[in-house]
Amino acid sequence: MTLANEIPTNETVELSDVEKAQIDSLLLKTPYTSGASIDALKIIQNHRGWVSDGSLLALALYLNLPLADLDSVATFYNLIFRQPVGKVVLHPCDGISCDLMGGQKIRQCLNKQLKITNGQTTDDNQFTLIPLPCLGACDKAPVMIANETLFELIQAENLPLILNNLIKEKST
Amino acid sequence: MNTEKSSEKSTYPTKPLTRFITDDDNCWQLQEYQDLGGYDGLKHALTLSRAAVLDEIKASNLRGRGGAGFPTGLKWSFVPQGDDAPHPKYLIVNADEMEPGAFKDRLLLEKTPHQIIEGLLIGGYTLDADIGYIFIRGDYYSAIQHIEIALQECYDNKLLGKDILGSGFNFEIHIHTSAGRYICGEETALINALEGKRAIPRAKPPFPQVAGLWGKPTIVNNVETFCNLPHILNFGADWFKSLGRFKDAGTKIFGVSGRVKNPGLWELPMGTPIGEIIEHYAGGMSDGYKLKGYLPGGGSTDFLLAKHFDTPMDYDEIGKQRSRMGTGTIIVLDDKYCPVAMVLNLVKFFAQESCGWCTPCRDGLPWAAVLLEKIEQGKGELADIKQLEDLCKFAAPGNTFCALAPGAVEPLQSALNYFRDDFEQHITQKSCPYCVQSCEQSHLEEDHDK
Repeated sequence: MTLANEIPTNETVELSDVEKAQIDSLLLKTPYTSGASIDALKIIQNHRGWVSDGSLLALALYLNLPLADLDSVATFYNLIFRQPVGKVVLHPCDGISCDLMGGQKIRQCLNKQLKITNGQTTDDNQFTLIPLPCLGACDKAPVMIANETLFELIQAENLPLILNNLIKEKST
Repeated sequence: MNTEKSSEKSTYPTKPLTRFITDDDNCWQLQEYQDLGGYDGLKHALTLSRAAVLDEIKASNLRGRGGAGFPTGLKWSFVPQGDDAPHPKYLIVNADEMEPGAFKDRLLLEKTPHQIIEGLLIGGYTLDADIGYIFIRGDYYSAIQHIEIALQECYDNKLLGKDILGSGFNFEIHIHTSAGRYICGEETALINALEGKRAIPRAKPPFPQVAGLWGKPTIVNNVETFCNLPHILNFGADWFKSLGRFKDAGTKIFGVSGRVKNPGLWELPMGTPIGEIIEHYAGGMSDGYKLKGYLPGGGSTDFLLAKHFDTPMDYDEIGKQRSRMGTGTIIVLDDKYCPVAMVLNLVKFFAQESCGWCTPCRDGLPWAAVLLEKIEQGKGELADIKQLEDLCKFAAPGNTFCALAPGAVEPLQSALNYFRDDFEQHITQKSCPYCVQSCEQSHLEEDHDK
């Protein structure tokens, strides 16, 4: 099999039984295997935090899909991470409705407080900062999503507290 | 949110889409929905022939609420019918709301999942379809949770699966949570995403109605479009047409965001004048701010001004003012926010979300973003304005695979028209007149990002 040569990796990943069971249940709902690929990538990410080259290869072998096809999908979508991320991924909105209400200032404060730029992870692996386009809560701007929670009407001075609580939530 | 409680069929609602939204936190659940007359539209549809239901939808003049305003009945009439028609046929709810400034579908998804499912079931019955998908934005966590529970409630109560309500009609619904890209809202790109591919628009023809998901007949409609169907079946096409204040039929969820006193969403008749929505419902501008302009229907529509306040929110009327109804969610630009910065934000968004398939979009939009950034930083030249105008022309409808790039340049081309002085002032005074210091500061930091 030439699959492994497409993306050279020394990492050997075995999908867990839980991952396999979840992927199998996807396959029941789609007439063609490729229809499960996006959801399968999300399953991998849920269990491992991100999609590494090794886990991409393991998934390609398990689904019997070309690795390049799977990687072309994995790299297309905003919410599939092909790089490691921190414990908490912060998604401040950078849509225009938030920016009209001071969204840019919120993002700059996050940059300063965390000492990272957009797309980076803090040295202690606690936070990754990935702004997302319009989060669909424009009447409550500026907003941010983190830990599957939507934070509305954010004020810069509340950011330290919000960040603290997010980390606490993940640690418990 | 304005809501109307009416549980009796005899009282014809004036705000059908939100009539199920009450103060009750559980109003999204099956019991509460049925108590207020939910699924009556489906029950009525199941007593009629498929052709009769389609005729009723056509007669209602319902137009697609996703932005294009294409007549729903007409779109559906292209789906092959009869014994020879290919199966399975698919029906898809486009709930991938990601248009800048649009937040109307979130309300319907979170508060009325059963209204969407009922609309999908009526559509499924009408088109003799087999499988429905709800394609929802991955970031809408509570909406996803509500829809998953609502679907299970339906399976448990014979509203989904085999022999629905004893009618012999079979229908399955799956939920697909998107992995996030604006282009997934384009119907053929959405179909590619459902097939597990990169969400790149397909060439048409063949149209999805004939060959869509997995090559089978497929209809894709917006959340709000489906939400109208139960009421059209319940109260009739004539009632639906009577709701509009101008030419278009029915009601719509309108919204306003930006520096207004009372940003939010309201269900109002089609044809409600723009000025009434901004001044009355959104309460006018916040203290200390003046209105400079607004995008009437989300981030991919042309700017309009206060002088257009009398224009009814009707597809064709907004079109006559050279803008679009779009999603009906108005973004207000105030006098203290730089119009160049606003357009730059939007163009950057569209450049980032371009799928990269065709050149005017993949190369044209980032080029426009570079020029706008240059102008905003006070480093622009007058020739850049001409270049921006050319880029708008390159991205015009007909030059691109889908509507992303033509929509992307709508705020830009109208800003160049209405706010040209602002662009020129940036260039002649070599800085942003709106925020000389703060802008330079923020640009330095943004540059550092890259």
